[in-house]
Amino acid sequence: MKSLTAILTVVAAIIGLWYAACVPMNIKGVLDAAERAGAEVTPATARERRDMGEFGLVAGNSFAIADTWVQDRPRLPAPHQVAVELWNTTVEKKITSKRSLIYHGQVTLSATLLGFAIGTGLGILLAVGIVHSKVMDMSVMPWAIVSQTIPIIALAPMIIVVLYSIGVQGLLPKAIISAYLSFFPVVVGMVKGLRSPDHMQLDLLKTYNASTAQGFWKLRLPSSMPYLFASLKIGIAASLVGAIVGELPTGAVAGLGARLLAGSYYGQTVQIWSALFAAALLAAALVALLGVIERVLLGRMGVRS
Amino acid sequence: MIMVVLAVIVWCAGWWVNSRLANSPQSQTRLVQLLVPGIFGLTILLVWELLVRGLDVSLVILPAPSVIAARFAESLPILWADFMQTIVKGALSGYVIGCGAALLTAVAVDRSDFLRRGLLPVGNFVAALPIVGTAPILVMWFGFDWQSKAAVVVVMVFFPVLVNTVAGLRETDQMQRDLMQTYAASYWQSFFKLRLPAALPFIFNGLKIATTLALVGAIVAEFFGSPTVGMGFRISTSVGQLALDMVWAEILVAALAGSAFYGGMVLIEKTLTFWHPSQRG
Repeated sequence: MKSLTAILTVVAAIIGLWYAACVPMNIKGVLDAAERAGAEVTPATARERRDMGEFGLVAGNSFAIADTWVQDRPRLPAPHQVAVELWNTTVEKKITSKRSLIYHGQVTLSATLLGFAIGTGLGILLAVGIVHSKVMDMSVMPWAIVSQTIPIIALAPMIIVVLYSIGVQGLLPKAIISAYLSFFPVVVGMVKGLRSPDHMQLDLLKTYNASTAQGFWKLRLPSSMPYLFASLKIGIAASLVGAIVGELPTGAVAGLGARLLAGSYYGQTVQIWSALFAAALLAAALVALLGVIERVLLGRMGVRS
Repeated sequence: MIMVVLAVIVWCAGWWVNSRLANSPQSQTRLVQLLVPGIFGLTILLVWELLVRGLDVSLVILPAPSVIAARFAESLPILWADFMQTIVKGALSGYVIGCGAALLTAVAVDRSDFLRRGLLPVGNFVAALPIVGTAPILVMWFGFDWQSKAAVVVVMVFFPVLVNTVAGLRETDQMQRDLMQTYAASYWQSFFKLRLPAALPFIFNGLKIATTLALVGAIVAEFFGSPTVGMGFRISTSVGQLALDMVWAEILVAALAGSAFYGGMVLIEKTLTFWHPSQRG
């Protein structure tokens, strides 16, 4: 309960700062519009205002402060503008509409989930191979670790174009980017997890004359679950980033990344911010969903956190 | 066809050598531990080269390693200019500003239990969000040059470093803090002599995660607009021209820069946290 009030205070402080930041960010645009509408502005012309600091302008034109939060195309939209845009483009619009964020979100989400499934599936398989084969461990594992330190997302534009040139387009190229971004964290986490049983436990199974497969199903796999879920959470966030970035280079028409790009081309700041928040909500929902699955699964396995 | 057969032979030979090495009595020596992944990497490169040549794969789908290497050697000046623009100006300056700000914020937050309770969950939450998405906004605010890339990097690295530092500063236990109190140590004395050193492994964990994020942020931000130099710019225009050898050369630069950056942080970590169990090995 005490942490809840603390969290709410911090969130409220962030929103307050955001509103405060809107004033100096948007003041010039507001004053230009006010001047055109015939209001009295100090200093009077846009050229004089250009050389003045934002805070000086705010001090000189305190009447304009309220207008900085309701501008049409602000440099920094106020929180309620983003919230209204989010509401309008999700609840008010039909899902089939091209302006509905649910439509765009679903395009990105399907690529994310497909890629995540491929990436984690292959990742777990490779991890099983690594744990049981010393050659694979020694050859592949160092590369899997190194791959975490390099920005492999830079491959994204190339993958899209190459797959397009051999006739693969639509969902799959984005999913492949998502897949390889979630692949390596899962491999590294799963190897750690499958190795987590200590010698005593492995020896105990040996005294039971358990086969390797039995040891895997009854000991290694169950004890790897906490590690697996930790890396799944990283993996799904990476998958979403991959799907969004995968939408950038081809000028895709659908998806949250496409919304971001279109917004930045046409200066639709409110649209950018609402797409950004939709992406954030999606990421949070996916991570939370994995958290729930983890809790239920580990609870049924008898693990207490 | 011969090349394809050769590729299969090379693959089997590489695997055979590696399995001999891995199962030999010397498999725990440092030399073998470096040799095995080295041979594996070399095998992959050879198989790649042979398959691309043997199957006549078009340059616009997958260039052979030798073509990429030739392109890399040929366009060193361009690659160097891109490296300076994206990595040094964009990623590095943003990294320093972002990590510095996060460390200072963490120290400030740490003084208040209330703030820490509030900020830690929020920070953890934000650290999991797709922050690269702020790139179009920041490019709009700070212009096309490296300043906007540095700004994206600042936003990306801030929260992981903040969360790790705040968690690290809680690492000391009551006994240790009591001991400092019996020495009549001031807040800053016990901070610099006890809590900061104890937090270092956590801080470096955050700093290491942030190295990759910094490069990702700087490169992806260039997809939203950049001057006519920079790795992200070069990648997106070269992809447009189907000059995939150039794209691979840039990816090679990104890989080298990323591992060097990460390796540098590991090196600093090793010298600063030599006392930690994980470093004594």
